Amino acid sequence: MRRAAVPVLVVLGVLVAFWYAVAVPMNIKGVLTEAQRAGVVVVPESGADRRAASAWRLVTMNLSVVPDTWAQARPRLPAPHQVAIELWETTAQKKVTSKRSLVYHGWVTLSATLLGFAMGTGLGILLAIGIVHNRVMDMSVMPWAIVSQTIPIIALAPMIIVVLYSIGIQGVFPKAVISAYLSFFPVVVGMVKGLRSPDAMQLDLLRTYNASQAQGFWKLRLPASMPYLFASLKVGIAASLVGAIVGELPTGAVSGLGARLLAGSYYGQTVQIWSALFAAAILAACLVGILGVLERIVLRRMGGRT
Amino acid sequence: MSLVALALAIWAAGWAMNVRLATGAHAETAAVRLAVPLIFGVTVVLVWECVVRGLQVPLVILPTPSMIAARFATSLPILWADFVQTFVKGALSGYAIGCGAALLAAVAVDRSDFLRRGLLPVGNFIAALPIVGTAPILVMWFGFDWHSKAAVVVVMVFFPMLINAVAGLRETTAMQRDLMRTYAAGYWQGFFKLRLPAAMPFIFNGLKISTTLALIGAIVAEFFGSPTVGMGFRISTSVGQLALDMVWAEILVAALAGSLFYGAVALIERGVTFWHPSQRK
Repeated sequence: MRRAAVPVLVVLGVLVAFWYAVAVPMNIKGVLTEAQRAGVVVVPESGADRRAASAWRLVTMNLSVVPDTWAQARPRLPAPHQVAIELWETTAQKKVTSKRSLVYHGWVTLSATLLGFAMGTGLGILLAIGIVHNRVMDMSVMPWAIVSQTIPIIALAPMIIVVLYSIGIQGVFPKAVISAYLSFFPVVVGMVKGLRSPDAMQLDLLRTYNASQAQGFWKLRLPASMPYLFASLKVGIAASLVGAIVGELPTGAVSGLGARLLAGSYYGQTVQIWSALFAAAILAACLVGILGVLERIVLRRMGGRT
Repeated sequence: MSLVALALAIWAAGWAMNVRLATGAHAETAAVRLAVPLIFGVTVVLVWECVVRGLQVPLVILPTPSMIAARFATSLPILWADFVQTFVKGALSGYAIGCGAALLAAVAVDRSDFLRRGLLPVGNFIAALPIVGTAPILVMWFGFDWHSKAAVVVVMVFFPMLINAVAGLRETTAMQRDLMRTYAAGYWQGFFKLRLPAAMPFIFNGLKISTTLALIGAIVAEFFGSPTVGMGFRISTSVGQLALDMVWAEILVAALAGSLFYGAVALIERGVTFWHPSQRK
């Protein structure tokens, strides 16, 4: 465990240090303008000269203002600690029901994600079972399921929202539909592969036991497909979350992580964008992590070597 | 109502034809393998057309395929301009930069075991995140034109490509590397003659995953601000004007571009990794 942790921590440390270093030239021009307004002497005094100079030269000439680049109210690139503070303030220090609480917005997005994920996974598994047991369905539907993976289906998102809105359906359901179809195809493809993974020997063995098709499904195909199912579930849940976030963009939704991103980009609230982004990242990591734990429990109960 | 009945009849006929073909004597031939999904696709389109006409579904909910085709044919110049803006300028340039940078990074990471053990978990983690969310930030930094879309694509394809390339460069066995050493091959000789070719199936896997990601990134980034041209821009404004036939035409372009792009990469893969078991006939 320690052997694995040290390099990861070093890499993360380097990334954070790099982030701080980049924030300096990114923010230096704005900081210098603010400092001049506050009466501090900055080196090229005219604004035009500063615009012409390169960011790194400005940094070397005005070393005294460097700490300010990590403390602006609306920086071009907020420093890591600013994002962390914003995250802490909007999650732990606000009431969960408040419109400014990221927990509230995260829950709005999460509920759409989970509902859509459940629908997409359920339908995907059903279709996969149909494909494995029915040759006609396999030959007609499977090529389309594979081709659909190469298509940016997310382009449909704005239309689904508007169409469902125009027939009177709004709220969590339209976003869940987008999440559902984004997680649907990975599950179909993975599950078909999984249900077909038992080899001819194993299928023959069941036939010698005089097992029916249903018995073959429950006792051999379904257990054998579990590793494949979980691999595609992890892909699917990440896609579901992206779907829910993108689903919040086109209607100008007022709540949800996507809405926070959009509002932040309208009003130039960069710290808000970054904290929403990190909240989405943490959410995705938790969801994938939970599926990983579930996978380990299921495979262990089935006697797998994990 | 008669149109709906016709739709049911078409569905039954198409399915019956597929059942005959798929269970018939020639089910394993290439022609049947191609024909069955095609018949299915045509059936779906015909049923769609009949049902929408028969039930008189309004345009703002679902246009008929014939209306979409007509719109597609009449607005070719607009669609082409959007395609160039989003796909050629945004997605392709971002794809090239992102995949190129990830490959170079993978070569650098591969030289150090420490870096690899540190970067792989981090890269795996980032590859699962909703990276599209960086779009508003990058649009703010790089402006509304295609540069910001390319930047989003770079960020999106970088990590999936990196982890695939790093995994691929580890693919050789100790025996194979020892053989290179007995030939007195240097690091770069071993790299170009053994490890890079061995990594190609993995690299192409990353390249194929990235084709879809590139298009998604370029389209979604346009939802956060774009010039008045581009596929994402056209989709979001046409939805606002309830011109759903235009939206569907644009989705058709996206689908064509996505599958052709993927197909092109898959073709190159077949040429480069002809020796791999999955490519042999």
